[in-house]
Amino acid sequence: MGFSDSFFATKFGIRSQDLEAYLAEALSQGGDYADIYFEYLATSTISMDESIVKSATQGVSLGVGVRVISRERTGYAYSDDLSPEKIRHAAKVAACIANGPAKVDKSSLHEGAKRNLYPVLTAPNELGFAERLDLVKRAEKAARAYDSRIFQVQATYADSLRHVMVANSEGVLNFDRQPMARLNVSALAREGNGHPQNGYAGGGGRVELDFFLNEKTPEHFAREAGRQAIVQLGAVEAPAGESTVVLGPGWPGVLLHEAVGHGLEADFNRKGTSAFSGRIGQQVASPLCTVIDDGTIGGRRGSLNVDDEGNVSQRNVLIENGILRGYLQDQLSSRITKAAPTGSGRRESYEHIPMPRMTNTFMLAGESDPEEIIRSVDKGLYCANFGGGQVDITSGNFVFSASESYLIEGGKLTRPVRNATLIGNGPEALKYVSMVGNDLKLDEGIGICGKAGQSVPVGVGIPTVKIDRMTVGGTA
Amino acid sequence: MTLLEIANDAIQQALDAGATDAECTIAEGEEFSVQVRRGEVETIKQAASRGMGLRILVGSYTGSSYTSDLSPEGVRHMVAQAMELAAVTTEDPFAGLPEASDFGAVAGDLGLYSSDVEGLDPAVKIEIARCAEDAALKFDARITNSDGGSFDSQLGRRVFANSRGFAGEYRSSYCSVSASAVAKLGDQMERDYWYHSARRFTDLEKPDYVGRRAAERTLRRLGSVKMETQRVPVIFEPRVARSMMGHIFEAIEGRSVYRQSTFLAGKLGETVAARGVTVIDDGTIPGLFGTQPFDDEGIPTRRTPVIEKGVLKSYLLNTYSARKLGLKSTGNASRGITGNAGVGHGNFYLEAGTRTPEELIASVPNGFYVTELIGSGVNVSTGDYSRGAAGLWIRNGELAFAVSEVTIAGTLQQMLMTMEVGNDLEFRGSVAAPTLYIPEMTVGGR
Repeated sequence: MGFSDSFFATKFGIRSQDLEAYLAEALSQGGDYADIYFEYLATSTISMDESIVKSATQGVSLGVGVRVISRERTGYAYSDDLSPEKIRHAAKVAACIANGPAKVDKSSLHEGAKRNLYPVLTAPNELGFAERLDLVKRAEKAARAYDSRIFQVQATYADSLRHVMVANSEGVLNFDRQPMARLNVSALAREGNGHPQNGYAGGGGRVELDFFLNEKTPEHFAREAGRQAIVQLGAVEAPAGESTVVLGPGWPGVLLHEAVGHGLEADFNRKGTSAFSGRIGQQVASPLCTVIDDGTIGGRRGSLNVDDEGNVSQRNVLIENGILRGYLQDQLSSRITKAAPTGSGRRESYEHIPMPRMTNTFMLAGESDPEEIIRSVDKGLYCANFGGGQVDITSGNFVFSASESYLIEGGKLTRPVRNATLIGNGPEALKYVSMVGNDLKLDEGIGICGKAGQSVPVGVGIPTVKIDRMTVGGTA
Repeated sequence: MTLLEIANDAIQQALDAGATDAECTIAEGEEFSVQVRRGEVETIKQAASRGMGLRILVGSYTGSSYTSDLSPEGVRHMVAQAMELAAVTTEDPFAGLPEASDFGAVAGDLGLYSSDVEGLDPAVKIEIARCAEDAALKFDARITNSDGGSFDSQLGRRVFANSRGFAGEYRSSYCSVSASAVAKLGDQMERDYWYHSARRFTDLEKPDYVGRRAAERTLRRLGSVKMETQRVPVIFEPRVARSMMGHIFEAIEGRSVYRQSTFLAGKLGETVAARGVTVIDDGTIPGLFGTQPFDDEGIPTRRTPVIEKGVLKSYLLNTYSARKLGLKSTGNASRGITGNAGVGHGNFYLEAGTRTPEELIASVPNGFYVTELIGSGVNVSTGDYSRGAAGLWIRNGELAFAVSEVTIAGTLQQMLMTMEVGNDLEFRGSVAAPTLYIPEMTVGGR
């Protein structure tokens, strides 16, 4: 599909020469670089609680953001009105941070190369509601049926279809259609007069509705949420202090996201405020660790054909055999540090300035048998599932909370333990990785990453990994 | 058309299309933000935006929609989208608007809007950000870097109307200044920040003060060590004590109560905290960030004692959760621009106790003074509490040295039952708490 058949050209009559004119306006006060970002986002959500479909919402937001960069300064303005006057006004406002005669020649736009990592012919929200409603009802029913001790179930289905278009003063013109769908189930279980225990599961991606009918069914997520809630009913106090920790495969990859991912975003490193600043080429993890950020995996939640600055996404090696190899760049950081783009410039919406962000972050598989990894631990903690995490970029300290974990005693998983936070230091933690499993698994598609007030969808993954030393925040 | 007319028009269109009730919210805002780093302007952002949401009822069936396009065509599309969804939801006997007799608004000027924010020159805003950062950078030679100084301002207008005759609107203003400093000692690098926000520009803390506080906070983190695992008294400084209010809110808000997903469900009238613990929600205090004349269903806000001298007195409720529990709404409905109303808080605070923070610290021979908490390891169903922490170690009643990369753990039940509240209550946002002393928690470290 060419520009003239693209969403913004056909629906809003935007022409290539209009974009060139807006960019010229943006650079009229002497900026070095300008870009313009159009976004049209349609979302829908259906939520069931207490066996009632209590809410269903749909809506549309659209707008345009104009950015001007002058040396290290950024001016940004946006409008939720796509009329030429409003766009020109935004361009003028953004232009004001620059000061001097225009120095960039009028750019002539050329379309970027095309590929499609998510060939979704019919996005779920282009269908009627009956099929999507059925997913929620099936999930709710299956979670209740899982065990009689489950007394509350909430099931939510949400999807979106985002059309974006980016043009910049270097002549890049790119556009993309980005579908997303996700189904979540949360279950509460109780035994006698005990406290309720929570189980949560969900997943999806840039997929067609068929994904939930054939690959990951509502019953799959429902059983998983139910299982977790029931497991927690028997949980004992978590240990406190240093321990050997084994991470299970999949979602525990959130460790990588917090421990190293954020610290390798180029903005922090350019400014020297990351614990990883100036450490390229240094050993920051055990030689068993190779960590990748890959925006090109088909259908994944974190994948993008093009990032929100018009650069194609790619597979970026962050850590190779324990050695720090590179940072995740956005346009501003790669301009200032003269680094090659990595396709990592993302923004929450047209109201936001792009920043370097992760896409799908994971560790490559190693050679150990996962069973053997557990057998090798006399006393420790096995973490099968996590809630969220957080990192202090500058000190490098990060946490994540284990929502399903078990004591390892004598090489075997024994009792489940209550929720506990684990804490470590980014450039140090992965040096204690002593075994890496051969069972790399990506998460099921539920990750949301927050940075400086902007949320974007991401993916994570990890094989079974043994970390010899990590601090566990329990009470026992 | 005015925003209120646009809202009433959408409601009428919904009624014409077969809705039995409808409610409409419009939010309009202008934002300006500037970040200065190492003396140079790094980012300036300026824009205005609008959004509109509709919720309709057809009998006991509900549907919601939103749009950023307030043109007649955009509104028509939004109405059609909401109507379509009434066929998707299930009949819910508790769904519905409040009774007309419940509507109203707190009278008088609540001090939510100040024209001194609107009239502020961008050059002044930039200078404030620059000054805040400069004060941080100049404070001490160990401040080697900066994450910048910033100034933000916002002006907003919110309109709410429904088909039972409520219509109201209010304007609001906001401004804030912040500084974030980075300090280095050997291999260790630390960052901390300070900020202040106000509805009136004249109430804003001076930028050089904000910069100095950021620098002081950063410097005192240097040289941090990891402690051995132990059980000790823990003191939360007010900035982190506020997070406890978030957990208490989650445990007493209507939805988690009727779903029985909180350890405080079914505990009205029982002692759930120490005698010195009194928790109030008050959405009517002029000038504060948790204040608004009516809640997001059109019910007047009010003052609600939640915990009084340790006894649980009231939950915070919107109309739906109140009906589920057989109680009355406390005027705490909250929502974005669309969807069913959730429950929010007004100014939600812990009343001051008697001892000063210095006296509390002086009473601890060996303990942990927490200045930062990270992570989300708090579960209000079970009360389990486990978070990452940094701060200062207390030796013989004095703040002795910096500590980081540790966890603190316990249960919310025990923390509430044993806590002592300091006398230093200050409102710096819509939740507020003085210094808190907890006699025993588990510190996880080496």
